[in-house]
Amino acid sequence: MDLLIFQAPILMVQASMDGILLGILFALIAYGMALQWGVMNIINIAQGDLVILGGYIAYFMYLYGIHPAWGVIVSPIIMYFVGIGIYKLVINKVVDRDLFISILATFGISILFMQLMNFAFGADVVLANSGYGTTMLFDSSVVLPNSKIFAAIISIIFAIGLVIYMKKSKLGRAIRATAQNARAAKILGVDTEKVYAATFGINAALCGVAGALISITFTIHPYMGLPYTIRSFMIVIVAGLGNLPGVAISGMGLGVFEEFADYILGTEFRIGSVFLLLVLILVYRRFKLSKKREYLK
Amino acid sequence: MINKNLIVYLLILIFGLAAPFVFPAFKVQLSILCVLIILAITWNIQGGEMGYNSFGNILFYGLGMYLCASVQVGMFFPLAEWTESGGEKTFVHTPAQFFQGFGVGLAVAAIVPTIVAGLIGYSILGLRGHYFAICTLGLGVAAGEISGGIEIIGAGQGFTTPPFPNIGGLEARGEFFYFCSFITLVLTFVAVKSIYSTRFKLVLNAIRDNEDKAEAMGIQTMKYKIIGWMISAFFCGLAGGIMGGLVGYIDSTDVAFDGREMGVFMVLMAILGGKGTLWGPVIGATLFHIFKEGFWTFFLGWQYVALGVLIVVIVIYFPEGIMGWLREKYPERFGEVIDEADRKAQVELK
Repeated sequence: MDLLIFQAPILMVQASMDGILLGILFALIAYGMALQWGVMNIINIAQGDLVILGGYIAYFMYLYGIHPAWGVIVSPIIMYFVGIGIYKLVINKVVDRDLFISILATFGISILFMQLMNFAFGADVVLANSGYGTTMLFDSSVVLPNSKIFAAIISIIFAIGLVIYMKKSKLGRAIRATAQNARAAKILGVDTEKVYAATFGINAALCGVAGALISITFTIHPYMGLPYTIRSFMIVIVAGLGNLPGVAISGMGLGVFEEFADYILGTEFRIGSVFLLLVLILVYRRFKLSKKREYLK
Repeated sequence: MINKNLIVYLLILIFGLAAPFVFPAFKVQLSILCVLIILAITWNIQGGEMGYNSFGNILFYGLGMYLCASVQVGMFFPLAEWTESGGEKTFVHTPAQFFQGFGVGLAVAAIVPTIVAGLIGYSILGLRGHYFAICTLGLGVAAGEISGGIEIIGAGQGFTTPPFPNIGGLEARGEFFYFCSFITLVLTFVAVKSIYSTRFKLVLNAIRDNEDKAEAMGIQTMKYKIIGWMISAFFCGLAGGIMGGLVGYIDSTDVAFDGREMGVFMVLMAILGGKGTLWGPVIGATLFHIFKEGFWTFFLGWQYVALGVLIVVIVIYFPEGIMGWLREKYPERFGEVIDEADRKAQVELK
């Protein structure tokens, strides 16, 4: 228990700023999660591993002398095709099945990816150095790396771009129609199979963007995927499906919570507190709903 | 019919009792197999019979493991100093102390997880379907992460369980742990089999098939769900305690709360064998263990890749498991009455 944060209130500002910038990234991943959950009714445990894979793409560009910020463009393009590949191989066989089947199948994919990344890229914690420097605020008592600000801005641009794309484009309309009623969409001539593939691809591409940003702002490691899955799941259930402002706000809330937990409980309990928070949120929702004799659906 | 079953059980029992002397080299493997079967059977109580797919039973397993070892040490020596010395042999259990501590430890390892399951059961079992699955997944991982930060049980550097006293060497150690796990397995199987022949199992199946209707029929579903979870926590804790002694070293995320291995294995074994059957988990666990031990060495480092592929393949192409497949092939053996004319008509329709 470290109470330094209460003795030096400026640390609270630091933690909040860090948390908000981090939370915007979480919200981007959660947006992908909400998209596939809403459209295909699938909970993808491998979400976090897609993020990490996207991060490694940016890291490799950095290793070969290309500025890792270009990963924001390259990583989603590669990840889109990876996503389509996963869809064709596995996901399209579990779309209409029991949700537990999809959870277990994607859990298998997650283990597979984790280990393949471990072989391909090694078990070291890595980061791609962007060399952006830092911004000092309040007489240099709050330090914000520029890379985090860059990451937040890019995430917002991608999120807004995707919202507009979903509203205006033909594919976006088809995706939304399928989410509302897959059968009716099929009757009206939407190729739902293609829509599902595209949805999963877009989700993977979003993960790619987020991963590239994470690799330049934080660190990546083959086994760090699962916490990102849990975070995005948590954000989606707090915000509710199809509630985009809610996703953004609860993402930032989670980021701030994590930074505070980090300061107060210590770094070793950071991931544990995220998982515990998930349990607490679910239990809270369950008790709230059980008063009306309902349950989480 | 009863005689035939009895003979089968007797043969298995005799095989189990003779196994460590017939195959002395595989004693540890056989003990692990017993533990795996226990885990698969206990998972099947919720996952198969009750329809609550838990990823979090590893919580009870890990809890049992830590509790058993802590009690075994803490009864005779200061626990904090033991973990700090990190396996240095400054404190040595006499044989009497070792067995006494292990016995009490196992009792605690069985009882405390049961109480924990009862306490959290009301909150967690109110969730349904995938929310329950994800919530229990979170619970298991959180337990691992948090126990990895607690100093008194070794935190990140792990916890060495008391070494087996110096009587009879490795042979005696292997036999002791084998019989511990085998007796626990027999107890588990008998307990679960007798539970499955009562109304309790029918209630669990009713909950799985339609919980709202079961409630409307006047069944207090929550009570039965909690009891079901407590039963599986009891045996999970026992299995964990034995496994802790067998492995000899407890690490928070790699041995005790090992969601990536044991936590998935128990689900996978039950599904492979066929969930919702008595023998399914036993067959599934045996095949899985043979596969794992037989082929893991060929993959050497690729075992997790193989595991991931195995999960995907089993879940997609084989979700009913071996018992489900047998049932489809030989429905008569499972007591299903087949109307041949109706069956032919259905085949023609296809």
